[in-house]
Amino acid sequence: MKILVCVKRVPAPGAKINVTDDGLAVDAAHLGFTTSPHEECALEEAVQISERNGGEVTVLTLGPVEAEEQLRYAASVGAHNIILVPTDGSAWDPQRTATALTEAIQQAEEANGAPFDLIFMGNESADSGGFQVGVRVAHKLSRPIVNGIKGIEPGEGSVTAKRAIDGGFEVYEVPTPAVLGILEGINLPRYPTMKGRLASKKVEMNSAEIDAAAGGQGLVTLHRPPEQASNTEILGTDESAAVAIVDLLEEIGVLS
Amino acid sequence: MSATDSGTFPTSAKVVVIGAGIVGNCLVGHLARLGWEDIVLIEKGPLPNPGGSTGHASNFIFPVDHNKEMALLGVQSANQYRDLNMSVDSGGIEVARTQERMDELQRRMTSAMAWGVEAKMLTPAEVKELVPFINEEVIMGGFHCPTVSVVDSLETGTVMRKEAAEKAGLQTFANTEVLDLITEDDPVPGMSQIKAVVTDKGTIEAEYVVIACGVWSNRIANMADTYIPLVPAVHQMADVGPMDVLVETNNEIGYPIVRDMDTFCYERQSAGSMEVGSYGHRAILHHPDEIPSNEEAALSPTEMPFTQDDFDPQMETAIELMDMLGDAEIKYAINGLLSLTPDAMPCLGELPDVRNLWSAAAVWVKEGPGMAQVVAEWMTYGYPRVIDPHASDISRFYADEKSDEHIWARADEHFIKTYGIVHPSEQWESRRGLKESSLKALTDGAGAEYFTARVWERPHWYTSNADLVEKYGLTEREVEWDNRWWSPIIDAEHLNLRENAGMIDLTAFQIFDLTGPGAVAFAEYLSVNKVDKPVGTSTYTPWLTPDGGFHSDLTMLRLGEDHIRVVTGAFDGGRDEAWVKKYMPTDGSVTFHNATEDYVTIGLWGPNAPAILGQLTDADLSHEGSPYGSVRSVTIATAGGDVSTDIFRISYVGDTGWEIYIPWADGPAVWEAIAAAGEGHGLRPTGAGVYAVGGRVEKGYRLMGAELESEYNPVEAGLARPKVKAADFIGKEAYLAAREAGPAAVMCTLAIEDLTDSQGRKRYIQGGNAPILTDDGERITDSHGRVSVVTTAGNGPSYGKFLCLGYLPVEMAEIGNTFKVMYMNEMFPATIVATTGSAFDPEDTRLKG
Repeated sequence: MKILVCVKRVPAPGAKINVTDDGLAVDAAHLGFTTSPHEECALEEAVQISERNGGEVTVLTLGPVEAEEQLRYAASVGAHNIILVPTDGSAWDPQRTATALTEAIQQAEEANGAPFDLIFMGNESADSGGFQVGVRVAHKLSRPIVNGIKGIEPGEGSVTAKRAIDGGFEVYEVPTPAVLGILEGINLPRYPTMKGRLASKKVEMNSAEIDAAAGGQGLVTLHRPPEQASNTEILGTDESAAVAIVDLLEEIGVLS
Repeated sequence: MSATDSGTFPTSAKVVVIGAGIVGNCLVGHLARLGWEDIVLIEKGPLPNPGGSTGHASNFIFPVDHNKEMALLGVQSANQYRDLNMSVDSGGIEVARTQERMDELQRRMTSAMAWGVEAKMLTPAEVKELVPFINEEVIMGGFHCPTVSVVDSLETGTVMRKEAAEKAGLQTFANTEVLDLITEDDPVPGMSQIKAVVTDKGTIEAEYVVIACGVWSNRIANMADTYIPLVPAVHQMADVGPMDVLVETNNEIGYPIVRDMDTFCYERQSAGSMEVGSYGHRAILHHPDEIPSNEEAALSPTEMPFTQDDFDPQMETAIELMDMLGDAEIKYAINGLLSLTPDAMPCLGELPDVRNLWSAAAVWVKEGPGMAQVVAEWMTYGYPRVIDPHASDISRFYADEKSDEHIWARADEHFIKTYGIVHPSEQWESRRGLKESSLKALTDGAGAEYFTARVWERPHWYTSNADLVEKYGLTEREVEWDNRWWSPIIDAEHLNLRENAGMIDLTAFQIFDLTGPGAVAFAEYLSVNKVDKPVGTSTYTPWLTPDGGFHSDLTMLRLGEDHIRVVTGAFDGGRDEAWVKKYMPTDGSVTFHNATEDYVTIGLWGPNAPAILGQLTDADLSHEGSPYGSVRSVTIATAGGDVSTDIFRISYVGDTGWEIYIPWADGPAVWEAIAAAGEGHGLRPTGAGVYAVGGRVEKGYRLMGAELESEYNPVEAGLARPKVKAADFIGKEAYLAAREAGPAAVMCTLAIEDLTDSQGRKRYIQGGNAPILTDDGERITDSHGRVSVVTTAGNGPSYGKFLCLGYLPVEMAEIGNTFKVMYMNEMFPATIVATTGSAFDPEDTRLKG
């Protein structure tokens, strides 16, 4: 089974996120970068499936050349192949991104001689949160897509995917090849090991130079929401605090 | 109000301490113990972990260091953590992968003996017994120190604050940012005084302010237009785990810490995980403005995003040493910030240009409590009691050492030496040539090899004298380490000076002119020995701390009725200038001028010196016309015309001659004139290798920072005069008491009787601090607990033996008594050949000849 996971390089935020002076980007001066959390789970799921059932995991990202960091990270936790679609570093809109990703997927599938059985997307990206790219890619590839996935069971020629709803799950059986939008919480992603990290440096990175026309959605400006004030009340500093704590726990229903 | 805030923000305080990391917290505790009250501690971050370097420190203390201050304050700090029940002795092992490192570990054994720290060399198999998961195949041996400890620096801070609150009513304000420091002009030109601290909660007027802000310290100092020269630098650290073998200890630390010295890494258990820390990556330096705020930081301000590529090579070598690390998950990895200074020593003491503004910075967790005690004592008693702080004293820096360019270049150079093997004479590569004599072109022409004395370049020997090596039948030393930063030319120049004459570029001397109606009285107040003597005389004198220990050791020249010239060494110029400005009268009766760069100084010594100088002047150079200790204005004839100079009949090498003070621009002409006059008299340019070591050690001349420290007094150093002057001076009361009590230890000269080591090689002791042991190999301490170590070691070519200076308890200090000197963990027999006098020419006939 061949699985492709699309990931996005996003800032690893601190408590306070600053916006650049022009209002068009997050100020990353003090920030490290990470893989968008839904996609980190998607990758973990793909690696677990390949460990159980055999097969290969390929990870694709579209982003600045620095996104190699996220691809190496993916390789360090078990991805077999990594592909970068380099951008000039500017943020691409969802249509442009989806068009380029689709072309990259098609190139990779052509090289493989077969489609990926499964393509995992993050449900939405951690930074721009457009909820579009996965659906657009699936549409362009004429493949089915289900979003909000919290459970996957690959079958022969199909995949069973579960989506959480109030009080239970919706269960979909989807013919493959298919696209799934994965939700954080489907698993607990592993950390890389030192040996994994060192091995990841030996994985060959493929680069696919692809551009696409800009779509209709443009960023006007970013602004920081007002800070949420939080009140801290010291219930006491000696044994007398115990009574206040019990009262509070009863009040919020932890104790009855 | 939260548990860590103390209510209404005050408008005034006796002392404001800025920064509640390990240093600030321990400082308020020590101040409270010493009786201070009205102390306010402010901290920009939250408590108990404000987000500075303390919060992510590895918190272990390896108590062995070659440097005395660092070693003893490490031990002192470890003991303070123990006293607070805040530490566990995990033990620690430094492992070697190379023979060079094995030699270094033998050197560590020697330092462990010097500082009284238990230590043992281990075979690879013995290392494996203590650390079963180590790959003993890749190591050659280990240095085991059972008292390596792991401490809780955050909780220690909380406890020290609590103690200060109980004892002295400490008020603490977290989440309070300093916006400015307010100063006022001081009557002494170039100085100001601290007045207040402006914060986002209000302004506090304060008599004393202490900057204990770790990596932010220079930024805060800049608010008062002064400098604490340090730079935030990355130390990478990754936490990997869990691993069963560690989890099973059921303990925060169950195995000794391993320092893999040759890969610049350590492995330190942290509960079920292993912390792998590195000092082996490239130097990654940051400007304080690049550090995020608490709000902006993903983790904390000083836990910056991990740059994995820098760490990869370290992971490979870590896995080599402990294979299990390879399969453990990397759960937490940071570019942790710590402070580096241009000379790898801390920044302690009062800022030299802002009165009552203090620095307690560039201190790591391992020295925090001890260095906080140093600063608290300094503020209380006028000088620390626990140790002599000269190498940490913030006033040691010259202006050239405070620029970002300098700090960054030097930090970049020495970061990799954190676990490096650093020779005691090792020279800097970066930022050379900051201060050069006007003689430089001439000394270059003579093939000078330069060593630095802080910013100053000094010729150490001259390759043009290589012919003398053959003449005197000298050779290189057998072992490369002993030969490193040394040349047999030094001994050749030495023998030539004693046989003929040498001329030495002494331009690095620091020269201060004190003038005005109060100059002589003020100079008298600084000095133990009488300065108020006729014009044309000089005084060689200690300047004491209020407790009667050495602060300085220098000469003062009476050049006029109202003019005293102070001449001190290049290593001490900053400290001595700060001392003068701290104590000088504020009524304008004394004017200070740093005249260092007004003069070139040439030393001319040797039996032929009078004949050489006599060719250039009509002045009377006899012992009647130019007696020992006198200063005379003399005209010297040069090819370019007559030059007015001051000649000072003194000697630091034990042969007759002069220090000649020459106007800067005339230096080269005088040098060339002396060189020409010296032809036929065997005169050679001679380096500081003779001046600073060989000549000095043969004569037993003491050096500030080596033999002379604040822990010793003039009686013990053999520098007490028969009588005490009537005038008052700093430290007089303590000095009188010391004379009354007599010495507990005496400065002695020892000759090494046999230089042969166990492998049959001749060894030559390098640097100071080699322990002087009894014949049975026992460590020696005096009745004050001070250990006997070698303070200066150097060959005595004219005496014919390798010599060491060092203090010995008074009851052992007799000529002929025998000892062992430990070097590279081997014993070398030594005999006392002089106590207060000189090994070579004890009657000083050569000075008088």
